[in-house]
Amino acid sequence: MNQSLTIALIPLLPLAGFVILGLFGRKYFKKSAGIIGTALLLTSTILALYTAYEYFFVYGKVDGIYQQFVPFQMTWLEFSKGVSIDIGLLIDPISVMMLVVVSFVSLMVHIYSLGYMKGEERFSTYYSFLGLFTFSMLGLVLASNIFQMYIFWELVGVSSFLLIGYYYDKPSAVAACKKAFIVTRFADLGFLIGILILSYSSGTLDFNTLIATLTNPESSHLKTAAASTFLGASALTWGAALVFIGGAGKSAMFPLHIWLPDAMEGPTPVSALIHAATMVVAGVYLVARLFPVFSITTPGVLEIVGWVGAISAIIAAIIACTQTDIKRVLAYSTMSQIGYMMFALGVSTYGGEGGSGYTASLFHLFTHAMFKALLFLGAGAVIHYVHSNDMKDMGGLRKFLPITHITFLIACLAIAGVPPFAGFFSKEEILLAAYHNNMGIYWIALITSGLTAFYMFRLYFTIFWNKPPEAHGIKHGEGGFAMMLPLVLLAVGAAAAGFIPFGEFVSSDGKVLASNFHLEFSIAPVALGLAGIFTAMWLYKKQNSRPDKLAASFNGFYKAAYHKFYIDEIYLFITKKVLFNLIGRPAAWFDRNVVDGLVNLTGTTTQALSEGIKKIQSGKVQQYAIYFLAGVIILATLFIYVIR
Amino acid sequence: MMEPGLYHILFISAALFFIGVYGFLTRRNLITMLMSIELILNSVNLNFIAFNKYLWPHKMDGLFFTLFIIAIAAAEAAVAIAIIINLYRSHQSIDVENAEDLKY
Amino acid sequence: MNLLLLIGTPLLTAIAVLLSRNKQQVKWISLAGSVVQLGLAFVLLFAFRQERAENNMAQMLFEQNYKLFSTPNINFHFGVDGISVAMILLTSFVLIAGVLVSWNIEKMTKEFYFLLILLALGAYGFFISLDLFILFFFLEISVIPKYLLIGIWGSGKKEYSANKLALMLMGGSALILVGILGLYFTAGKSFDIMTLSKTSIPGDAQHIIFPLLFTGFGVFTALFPLHTWVPDGHSSAPTAGSMFLAGISMKLGGYGCLRVATYLLPEGAKQYADLIIILSAIAILYGAFATMMQKDLKYINAYSSVSHVGFSLLGIGMLTQTAITGALMQMVSHGLMTALFFAVIGMIYDRTHTRMVNEMGGLMKVMPFITTVFFIVGLCSLGLPGLSGFVAEMTVFMGSWQQDDTFHRIATIAAAMSIVVTAVYILRAIGNTAMGPIKNESYLQLKDANWNEKLAAILLVAGILAIGIAPGWLNDLLRPAAEEIMNKIAGK
Repeated sequence: MNQSLTIALIPLLPLAGFVILGLFGRKYFKKSAGIIGTALLLTSTILALYTAYEYFFVYGKVDGIYQQFVPFQMTWLEFSKGVSIDIGLLIDPISVMMLVVVSFVSLMVHIYSLGYMKGEERFSTYYSFLGLFTFSMLGLVLASNIFQMYIFWELVGVSSFLLIGYYYDKPSAVAACKKAFIVTRFADLGFLIGILILSYSSGTLDFNTLIATLTNPESSHLKTAAASTFLGASALTWGAALVFIGGAGKSAMFPLHIWLPDAMEGPTPVSALIHAATMVVAGVYLVARLFPVFSITTPGVLEIVGWVGAISAIIAAIIACTQTDIKRVLAYSTMSQIGYMMFALGVSTYGGEGGSGYTASLFHLFTHAMFKALLFLGAGAVIHYVHSNDMKDMGGLRKFLPITHITFLIACLAIAGVPPFAGFFSKEEILLAAYHNNMGIYWIALITSGLTAFYMFRLYFTIFWNKPPEAHGIKHGEGGFAMMLPLVLLAVGAAAAGFIPFGEFVSSDGKVLASNFHLEFSIAPVALGLAGIFTAMWLYKKQNSRPDKLAASFNGFYKAAYHKFYIDEIYLFITKKVLFNLIGRPAAWFDRNVVDGLVNLTGTTTQALSEGIKKIQSGKVQQYAIYFLAGVIILATLFIYVIR
Repeated sequence: MMEPGLYHILFISAALFFIGVYGFLTRRNLITMLMSIELILNSVNLNFIAFNKYLWPHKMDGLFFTLFIIAIAAAEAAVAIAIIINLYRSHQSIDVENAEDLKY
Repeated sequence: MNLLLLIGTPLLTAIAVLLSRNKQQVKWISLAGSVVQLGLAFVLLFAFRQERAENNMAQMLFEQNYKLFSTPNINFHFGVDGISVAMILLTSFVLIAGVLVSWNIEKMTKEFYFLLILLALGAYGFFISLDLFILFFFLEISVIPKYLLIGIWGSGKKEYSANKLALMLMGGSALILVGILGLYFTAGKSFDIMTLSKTSIPGDAQHIIFPLLFTGFGVFTALFPLHTWVPDGHSSAPTAGSMFLAGISMKLGGYGCLRVATYLLPEGAKQYADLIIILSAIAILYGAFATMMQKDLKYINAYSSVSHVGFSLLGIGMLTQTAITGALMQMVSHGLMTALFFAVIGMIYDRTHTRMVNEMGGLMKVMPFITTVFFIVGLCSLGLPGLSGFVAEMTVFMGSWQQDDTFHRIATIAAAMSIVVTAVYILRAIGNTAMGPIKNESYLQLKDANWNEKLAAILLVAGILAIGIAPGWLNDLLRPAAEEIMNKIAGK
């Protein structure tokens, strides 16, 4: 595998798009920006697919495992000997898989936006931001150095900020983009300190060396690091936990998830790209990248990962059942599914059968990218049609949006885990892994999968059935070819991706992991899923009063879930009341009054002093003469009697 | 008859000096104050001459200095009176109490 | 390369400005002078790299030494190492940008430009001096113009601010002078930095002289709690004045803290390192929190400067090679960034006639260029990779983390926490000015940047990007110099 140029071009082409469209787009490419961006990304995607083909099939395995390559690496910033930020390309099964996912979904979004964003005033800006995002995400995926990952991690964050705030004159969008940036930034602080700890304990920033050092029980670095403790946990535990906080922030894990639903203020294709398929799984990718460290050196942290994932999964699923904004439902569903991926990693161990959770997690990441992007793009088509995000304004749309309807249904079936759609396979593997390792998480996951089916079909039925089809007077059609093509392509992916023998390609230790698929084991989740679907059908297929009654019977709990368990309010309280009022305001006051006051006090003291002594200068000659005389007498006495 | 010694002369000069100082500090009239200054200067002159005569009779330094002071005092008196006249023109008074514009 | 060119050019420019007849001449002469200056800075950079590439590892390059007074032993001794080169480059960038953004100054144009160039002259002389007395002389040259710039062309309570700034800086200078004299008399009657660095100064003397020098230079670089001239001074100064104050003047202090105080008095530095760390960690966090509550754009940037400059001092206090490199990078980065920030604020103020964040909104619609630059500088301030702030801050963090006891760790974490707070206030500022709906209908008539403003902004953005995207060259420049300083501290 020595095709560094091919691989390097994959992220660099979108970057070129960003630079060209960002600098000259407003003047020269007002109309053609979309085509340019899409063409560049199409090339990128083809190169990514080519790379994947070369890697998996032409080059293939050596000694039964897919090898890891670093075809290109250069020192970007050297801190001290051996510790440097390198910009490199790391090729291994998961990065190749992510390359394909990111470039493919991004391409779909590029194409889709040709139709969806047509006529926008800042069309070229939009495409340049998309290019920046794709570049950063691909760079993140290919990172060979933990600091390189952090760099692209931040870039991903800022491009997400720019895209959420794309409708910059909408106050809610401005608030949402700020929130997204600040919350993830807070998590990134953890990541940063984690990096500092890990790099100090291993003496390197390079992923391979770092993992090798920290998983080798003989290495002196590991022994020293394990010996140094802080608050009862070893330095490495802290490091790994902090790195995970970074991942949890980006992946919207409880309790750092609050930015994700608000991020839906961005254009819908952006939500599909960033907040469903790619950026939000960066946290999963990070944990997967450092998986050997997590599982071998700090299994305690991995357990936390598991529980955080499981709690996020169920909380998000419960909230999703109550939301009425179509994109918010999808946002919570994303959070819930990422929770799945997280706890799958959490219940996994390194190597062999125990590592099935790792494979399952990344498999789910792969299939989820397909069907969640599809769901968002379908929702985009619906929103495009009815010009509203609220489910109450929708209903009976299946007649008007036939293609959207079918593709949306496929995606819903996939996410609900109905065989033989993609989600079924990956979810089964996750549940199996959980079953073998942690029964508590298994039960949570099982309930969540039932809830998932319920809220997805609640969404489906409310949009496409519920009201009679005549209810809408809108004339324009479903959106052009540009919008339908990605839907169809993604639907194919969502339907068929499950049949990929994923364990062949990706496993924790690189060895082939046969998918151990048990028919009898699948009965429970599938039955629960179907139960969820039928409940949703019973409640929402036709307009009736059953949902309201149900909601009323769960009164308090429903209200809490509807208000997202008041987590936003808690945050608001902490920031507005505590940070601003208890720290910010006193600091500003202290500065203006105490510190500056001291400076001014020096000034006023000097002034007062001179005010006092200037009275001596009275203008009366005879007074001066008295002072003079007194001075002479004093001096004379001094010199004559005191100082001899 | 007793020859007047150094101490007699010094006593007179000290008396003259303090009379001058007293006058300078208490008189409000600028002319009188000028006269007090002349008294002080003359007491110094006396001192110079007396010390010259009694301590270094073969030298002339004290005498020279005295001549100097007399010359300067004359010039000074001229300047001072010029100032006083100008003051009188602007303030219509030569009372020192009224001449206190030069202050903070 | 002859270093005297670096002070000769601004001197000639300043004289030419004084002799010129009208405003047009003044502007073009200043611009020409500053362009030449930038050219010289680049020549210096390449000449320096050339020398180093040819393995000329002398600590100071292009040295020149002329005797001035033999009795108190004062010499015109000039020379540069990597730090000076970087600082000179920074000064040149800020100078040219400052000249460009002041293009529309109507009041006493000639005097204004004269003072600007005089200030730069002081900075250039300061950065190349290797004789403490001459260094002090140039430091003073750069103080006086600030007083006049704020007092005459300022806004708001300008007299108060000008007084405060000048008095505080003069106070700092007094401490420096005492410190320098202390050095002179304890270390064999020499003002020469290179000679002093080779003489051993008794520990007791170091413990007394170091705080004098460090506090003195600390006033210039806004060492907490001596920073209060910063908000007032910046907010009252004219745009170019603020740019010079924050971009150059605060760097004089940082440079002095390192080159004079820390380098010459390593024992003192070790003695007081913990105190410096505590003060700078406080400054970083406290400055950031205080910024959060500000509503005036200039105050926002002034307080954020206090916070950012804290990183420089933190890096110096950490006393590791990487941290010192980071501190120096932060000086360069902050100089460019904050100059650009003030330039943008000036541009916005010239148009909207307000600096109050909550009175603006939606400016992105009417002035896309200015707001884009505003975004870039804001993101640089909050440490976005690809822009200079990130490189500098990360280097400081990596360097700080090498000190592996709990005290240093906690200080580092506290400093790192500021990146979140920075994000909060920067996004608030951007969100309220550039984004959101337009609050004032009259803003719809506003024009985007002029050619001169665009040029200034592009220059500074180019500098920020040059460090942010490829930090290697700056690192190569600063790291050997930092190593030299560390060697001296470690007693090698």
